[in-house]
Amino acid sequence: MQHTSTQDTLVGLFVASGIVGLFFLALQVSNLSSFTEHDSYTVTARFENSGGLKVKSPVSAAGVKIGQVTAISFDPKTYESVVKLSIDKQYSTLPDDTTASVFTAGLLGEQYVNLDAGGSEEYLKEGGKIDVTNSAIILEKALGQFLFKSAEEKK
Amino acid sequence: MIDFLQQLGKNTRTSFTKLGRGSFFLLQTISGILSVLPRPRLLLNQMYSIGVLSFLIITISGLFVGMVLGLQGYYVLSDFGAEETLGVMVAASLVRELGPVVSALLFAGRAGSALTAEIGLMKATEQLSGMEMMAVDPIKRIISPRFLAGFLSMPLLAALFSAIGVIGGQMVGSGLLGVDEGAYWSQMQANMDFRDDILNGVIKSIVFGFVSSWIALFEGYDAIPTSEGVSRATTRTVVNSAFSILGLDFILTVFMFGDN
Repeated sequence: MQHTSTQDTLVGLFVASGIVGLFFLALQVSNLSSFTEHDSYTVTARFENSGGLKVKSPVSAAGVKIGQVTAISFDPKTYESVVKLSIDKQYSTLPDDTTASVFTAGLLGEQYVNLDAGGSEEYLKEGGKIDVTNSAIILEKALGQFLFKSAEEKK
Repeated sequence: MIDFLQQLGKNTRTSFTKLGRGSFFLLQTISGILSVLPRPRLLLNQMYSIGVLSFLIITISGLFVGMVLGLQGYYVLSDFGAEETLGVMVAASLVRELGPVVSALLFAGRAGSALTAEIGLMKATEQLSGMEMMAVDPIKRIISPRFLAGFLSMPLLAALFSAIGVIGGQMVGSGLLGVDEGAYWSQMQANMDFRDDILNGVIKSIVFGFVSSWIALFEGYDAIPTSEGVSRATTRTVVNSAFSILGLDFILTVFMFGDN
């Protein structure tokens, strides 16, 4: 058969392009590459209220994304929210008195953890704890307090 | 009234009989796959006529679907000032839903109908019984290679469809409408998950490939061996494949994305 080898080539090209498509989806569309490229270390922060924070929410310092939230759980003893932050190894010089706060990007945007560096000489290590935290600002709570205050002032 | 009930019972019984024959046929086909492996030439020929020949329609449709998604998404998102999330919208809708579903529908129309017609005609011209006369099992020789080829081609085609659609969305979004290209990709990468989104899309397309090849082959094999019977079987292939793809898509979506 004359045309067999071109047929083989076309099938080969087809399979190769399909696999390239899959790789494209894995590397370019999803974030598979950003997981494997960097090493990271995990620290824990306890918040009184972590608001709308989700797993995979960004962790940023000075506006730059340096890691992400890997787990959120509720501590039934202290009634706090325990948030595990995975931070890129290359940012291993965060002081251990760093403040973690839950902020919202924009008025209605997604929530993220912001880290403000402190002045300590010691650095945060794998498994370390962030002691100073600021809870998420819950819009309803803030509004409620505001209304309560203004009603009291009128009296 | 009695006539109606009789008819209803008969129809129900016929469809259950058909389902039973179909399941038996599927078992035979799957057990026949083992005997395809030592003869890759059979599989290669079918990969050519099922996969390679569907390549063009899949890529072109993928490009246009992606471009339309880019346009429509931009109009809706720009109302909320959220054009940057266009990439997420295009990629999520393509990878999770449109990629597997539309490419499976196109696959059923392009390759499935051809398979049914081919096998139905083989049956009508008594090639299948001729093979049996020569002690060649038509399931192993004809059906199983086609089934395996359809099963293998479908995920590749769906992945191509999604990938090209994402590129098409980027072409329209950042080329024509001025969404920032970096934001398009980075928002997409930040919000799409490999396991939750991409792998689930691939699983969907594997299921669709399995079901639509099964339906196409069985309808051909089960066709009434006349020209009218073959034409009806071809129609049934397209209709039944479309129904089962869309129905299964709903069920799979509930299982995969239901809990978040």
